[in-house]
Amino acid sequence: MANVEKDPVTGTNTTGHEWDGIKELDTPLPKWWLTVFYASIIWAIGYWVVYPSWPTLNDYAKGVWETTNRLEHAQEMAAVAQSREVWTSKFEGKEISEVAADSELLNYAMAGGRVIFADNCQPCHGSSGSGAPNYPVLADDDWIWGGTLDDIQQTVLYGIRSGHDEARVSDMPALVADEMITAADADKIADYVMKLGGQGGSDAGKDLFDENCAACHAEDGAGVQELGAPRLNDGIWLYKAGKDGVVAQITKPNHGVMPAWSGRLSETEIKQVSIYVHSLGGGQ
Amino acid sequence: MKHEIFEKNTILLTIAILITVSIGGLVQIVPLYTIDSTIEKVDGMRPYSPLELAGRNIYVREGCYLCHSQQIRPFRDEVERYGHYSLAAESMYDHPFQWGSKRTGPDLARVGGKYSNAWHVAHLIRPQDVVPESVMPMYGFLAEKELTFNDAGAHLKALRAAGDPYTDEQIAEAAADFTAQASGEGDVDAVLTRYPKAVIGDFDGDPSKVTELDALISYLQMLGTLVDFTTYKPEGEMAR
Repeated sequence: MANVEKDPVTGTNTTGHEWDGIKELDTPLPKWWLTVFYASIIWAIGYWVVYPSWPTLNDYAKGVWETTNRLEHAQEMAAVAQSREVWTSKFEGKEISEVAADSELLNYAMAGGRVIFADNCQPCHGSSGSGAPNYPVLADDDWIWGGTLDDIQQTVLYGIRSGHDEARVSDMPALVADEMITAADADKIADYVMKLGGQGGSDAGKDLFDENCAACHAEDGAGVQELGAPRLNDGIWLYKAGKDGVVAQITKPNHGVMPAWSGRLSETEIKQVSIYVHSLGGGQ
Repeated sequence: MKHEIFEKNTILLTIAILITVSIGGLVQIVPLYTIDSTIEKVDGMRPYSPLELAGRNIYVREGCYLCHSQQIRPFRDEVERYGHYSLAAESMYDHPFQWGSKRTGPDLARVGGKYSNAWHVAHLIRPQDVVPESVMPMYGFLAEKELTFNDAGAHLKALRAAGDPYTDEQIAEAAADFTAQASGEGDVDAVLTRYPKAVIGDFDGDPSKVTELDALISYLQMLGTLVDFTTYKPEGEMAR
């Protein structure tokens, strides 16, 4: 059937097919293209030989390099760990305060801590610990659970109401919702709390405050960090600011939760991020 | 010019195409069922609890996978940010898997336990409240939509047909487990026995009803938490 002719205009042969009088030139593929095509085939054969490729019945050809992504990853991480060992080894067995006191280790802690904070803490505590509504500012000196290096490390390790056995837990009662005091009393207490913080208010609720709140928050409203009872006399509010917020908290308190980071971050990483947080402005 | 015989005989052409395509398919698909190491066995994996399953259905319905992957690859940058690389077994009860192919937002394979429930509520209602630079849309309507899952047992039964090892007891108690996990009331211990590590509780702060937000957060809070990577060691083939 093939009726190959030479096309007089281009000098190229036709394919020999004819459709309603139309003939097609059999222009050869460009040489560069063919070269790359055959080179790719040869490359693929090399690939089969060295990398895992063909399946067999219940296994697969491992390739002469005997490598896998997981193996490469494990090797890379081992190399990273080794390159970091010059300083990570110095973190091990040292208390966090010793790390912070060593100016060389402090540099490592700050550089790593900044990244760890951005990846893990920033979504709640904001960029550079600037806080967010319902999430504490870490850049001021108002600490609910304490602002020393050890306190911060403890909080990061086990979290707050995280469900971890060692978690920090405080449980302010729902004074109004559980009918321990009346809504009118709550209003008076809130007024007094505003007064303590120098934000207006009145003294009328002092006795009620002393009776219901002072055991944890102290008579002057300075708070007790061991109990996780926030300071009330500095005008800094974790939840809604102002008297409305205080009334809401007395009525039916919010109980914020911070996850435990032990298990998620390594001990060294937790030391790094704790030192970073301590440096943000309010470390004690 | 032997292909003339195919060009002039459509039946023969069809059969030849079928054979050629089948070879490609068989070589790629059959080994997945016959190779022993396709899915390594790991401790801790369990099918989804009814509440998590409802949350997962919402995750799929809202197309979360379009912007969030659930697959941490074995690369240093991913592992240092998200945690241990994902194992095939961690998707074994996903029908279909939610690996995704694009990350507009972060990978969610190990988001479970990373944030508090309250954070998830705030974030889903208005992501920019907690992450100012976020481009994620708002999902506040999930908090408005009450969720009933009376046919939870039927869902579990369907998944059992697809290969998930739900027991008769899990199917019978599905509706009760759904309510107990979402409210923290009822037989919570039984839920935890049937579904270890399930996160219990009222998630969105409104215990009076189960909303779609509750279900979605219960699902997010268990993602990537089932396998204990402090004890996990790759075995055999996988350790190479």
